[in-house]
Amino acid sequence: MSTRLEKPIFEYSVPGRGAEDQWPSDPGPAAAADLPASLRRGARPCLPEVSELETVRHFTRLSQLNFSIDTHFYPLGSCTMKYNPKACNQYAMLPELLARHPLSPEGLGQGFLACMYELQEMLKAVTGMQAVALSPMAGAQGEFAGVAMIRAYHRARGDLERNEIIVPEAAHGTNPATATMCGCVVREVPVDAEGDVELDALKAAVGPKTAGIMLTNPSTLGVFERRIEEVAHTVHAGGGLLYYDGANLNAILGKVRPGDMGFDVVHINLHKTFSTPHGGGGPGAGPVGVSARLAPFLPLPIVGRRGERYCWLTERDLPQSIGRLSAFMGNAGVLLRAYIYMRMLGREGMAKVSEYATLNANYLLAQLTRAGFDAAYPRRRATHELIVSLKRQAKELGVTAMDFAKRLLDHGMHAPTTYFPLLVPECLLIEPTETESKATLDAFVAAMGEILAEAAKEPERVTGAPHTMPVRRLDDVRAAKQLDLTWKPIGAHAIPPTS
Amino acid sequence: MAFIPHTREDVAAMLAAIGVGSIEQLFDEIPASLRLAALAGVPDALSEMEVGRLMAERASLDGRPLCFIGAGAYEHHIPAAVWAIATRGEFYSAYTPYQAEASQGTLQLLYEYQTMMASLTGMEVSNASLYDGASAMGEACLMAVRANRRSRSQRILVPTTVHPHYRRTAAAVAGNQGLVFEELPYCTEEGCIPAGALDRYDGQDITALVIQQPNFFGRLEDVDALCDWARARNVLVVAVVNPTSLALLKPPGQWGSRGANNKGADIAVGEGQPLGVPLSSGGPYFGFMTARMEHVRQMPGRIAGRTVDAAGRAGFTLTLQAREQHIRRAKATSNICTNQGLLVTAAAVYLSLMGPAGLERVAAASHARTRELVAALTRVPGVRRLFSGPVFHEEVIALDRPVAPVLEKLAARGILGGLDLTEHYPELGPALLVCATEIKTSADIERYAGALGDCLREARAA
Repeated sequence: MSTRLEKPIFEYSVPGRGAEDQWPSDPGPAAAADLPASLRRGARPCLPEVSELETVRHFTRLSQLNFSIDTHFYPLGSCTMKYNPKACNQYAMLPELLARHPLSPEGLGQGFLACMYELQEMLKAVTGMQAVALSPMAGAQGEFAGVAMIRAYHRARGDLERNEIIVPEAAHGTNPATATMCGCVVREVPVDAEGDVELDALKAAVGPKTAGIMLTNPSTLGVFERRIEEVAHTVHAGGGLLYYDGANLNAILGKVRPGDMGFDVVHINLHKTFSTPHGGGGPGAGPVGVSARLAPFLPLPIVGRRGERYCWLTERDLPQSIGRLSAFMGNAGVLLRAYIYMRMLGREGMAKVSEYATLNANYLLAQLTRAGFDAAYPRRRATHELIVSLKRQAKELGVTAMDFAKRLLDHGMHAPTTYFPLLVPECLLIEPTETESKATLDAFVAAMGEILAEAAKEPERVTGAPHTMPVRRLDDVRAAKQLDLTWKPIGAHAIPPTS
Repeated sequence: MAFIPHTREDVAAMLAAIGVGSIEQLFDEIPASLRLAALAGVPDALSEMEVGRLMAERASLDGRPLCFIGAGAYEHHIPAAVWAIATRGEFYSAYTPYQAEASQGTLQLLYEYQTMMASLTGMEVSNASLYDGASAMGEACLMAVRANRRSRSQRILVPTTVHPHYRRTAAAVAGNQGLVFEELPYCTEEGCIPAGALDRYDGQDITALVIQQPNFFGRLEDVDALCDWARARNVLVVAVVNPTSLALLKPPGQWGSRGANNKGADIAVGEGQPLGVPLSSGGPYFGFMTARMEHVRQMPGRIAGRTVDAAGRAGFTLTLQAREQHIRRAKATSNICTNQGLLVTAAAVYLSLMGPAGLERVAAASHARTRELVAALTRVPGVRRLFSGPVFHEEVIALDRPVAPVLEKLAARGILGGLDLTEHYPELGPALLVCATEIKTSADIERYAGALGDCLREARAA
């Protein structure tokens, strides 16, 4: 990684310069003469005027200011930052696939549609659900689709009172935010000291207003919800449905299926379990799978098969659908990458993923415990991830989980997830994934040990970290108070330009 | 292929460190009754070589037809540098830039992207993008409800000249929160919102008006008059725009004929795909969203900002996170926790290569090609322009017979002739939405016109 800061591209701009060879030939002023003057643009937009080489250098240099999976270990809990195989990108970007218009006729899309249909079938198989729709464009949109389907199901039965969504207190923030977007209210239930949902509290919460419960299993606490069958029975007996947040599917792939646990609807984060790239924040993909009773409500479009031909299922086929969530087919190119990955994994590869992800996490848990760290749930098996609490170190040494996270950057490792789940004080949520070697895990344990020793001897080195990144810790309070969200010409800025 | 690096010795040493005899033992907390005996329904693994061959076969099934469909997804030239940069591992395989110190590249890129989009749309602020244009319109309507504190109705006027899929998406995304979408009819002669269409809403509580420019038919709406009407009545304006068009057309921030302090849309959204993103069957694309500064705290999605580090040097970070789900949970502006980062990377590179002059050329050349296309098609007997007013790089033509069979014949000749409007707009009769961009040549256009003439002749003879 480079530590040399790069000036904003606008500061390379020179009037009259440009990557002209990339432009179409000038059609002349007559080309747009029919556009009425009152609807024409006046001043040109503030876009940089730079050459192709300047553009390539600028953005290449920016890329070198990033951590990424290709360059660094990324033990980011709940995010499943596994290797993104190069083949998935290369074969999803074949020229015919890139050129295919989303409104092309079915007859000129049998190759693409076959991939999508088979992806639906494979996702059904690994989740144990009866039907799948691929179009949700991220986990959060999959969640939205799931809760919207639950609501539509109750409404279709005339059960209009059910607007409460139950979530465990450790739930990911999207769960309650999604419930709100679907017009529901949220009820939180506590978890016990071992990380399982408190059944008595759940029984008390379930009632005639219960629309459903949103659960992650393994939970956000990095442990398997052992009483899941009783949870399912309690919610179903009360007339509610079960929603499975697929954030942690990597832990159980090929071992146990949400459908068999009693879930009625799941979303799958293809950018986690099925290794599509995170792209610096997206695109993701969050297909949803459902049990038979929710199938009529799936979002559109879905790929169907009539005889030997693949076709789109639309509003005509699913009149009770919750509707469209995107203009076309969701993040189709992401779906193709997941399809390619799943075909390479194959049946036997699926279980291998969860086995080695679990092996790596439990190994880290054992070694970190030996190195003097406190497991949040020491009597439980880790799943594909584990939680370490630095509460003791924070109290004794005055270094926080955030300090550890920032100091890890100096060791060339991305920070684990910090301060999530909120339930565990000073926590690091660590997810190594199956694609990391023992040597990498050992290096991580060593780095954690070194930071712990350093925190005892020289705590300011830890609390002042990072020291080797392109920038030191950033002033987030200033960022939110003195908003600087767009570049302005030099002189107009409160902050002097980067040198 | 599971991409697992462990040797047998590694596994043995790790199991010993954990204190178990087998990997299987690590799953002993899962109730036995739930364990999956065998995974059916997933085929055997393929090697990379085999999957490469499979994908090449699948791709060749779909071929490379000559495409004249637009309707929200446009085939423009994409310089090779765009995806060479975007697929660099440091961008492609990076996570969301929550650890700002280790993500300055992504964060600065977002800041530059926000600058470009805000300027292109003539607005003050931009977020770091949303999923796609259609869902961005739904989010914009929800944002308008939060931002318009003088309105209580949650009524959103949506002209039927807005993309039909966008209208359905907005209803699905926002409908559960009580928003009421009311359809504003269009003039079937002109293909746009007629003057006076809004009169009947005078005095009513309306939260926002959506205006798509150019509209779904490619027609230009009288955005100044529509925007003036809304602003005079405390109705927020949500603009849905094609980013390429903004090189030539008045940006939403300047819509309206009133004084400088009281003009312009409140929120602008649209499909970012034309800015360097391939058609790829509909995604991944990105939705952009820009707004007036006064609404920034109601915006959904990530926003990058510039600040200083502990040493006082400029640096970048995600900001205004108090709006977002990981902080606000049930009270967040949206459940969204994605921006389409990779696509925004492509767009930032694309816009840098085009610059203001290049983007203007793309827009003008695309528009000129569409005019050439429509001129060529309307010389074919039985084909005419349906609407008479100004358009941008897309237009509706009418045929003298049902469209679907004609499109099928064209497809058999390797030509996608446009989008049949019969399903969404049956009142227009046999109508076809056609589009050409700068990548089409005169020879392409002549090929289409010739084939259309042949197909119509065959149909007449049959």
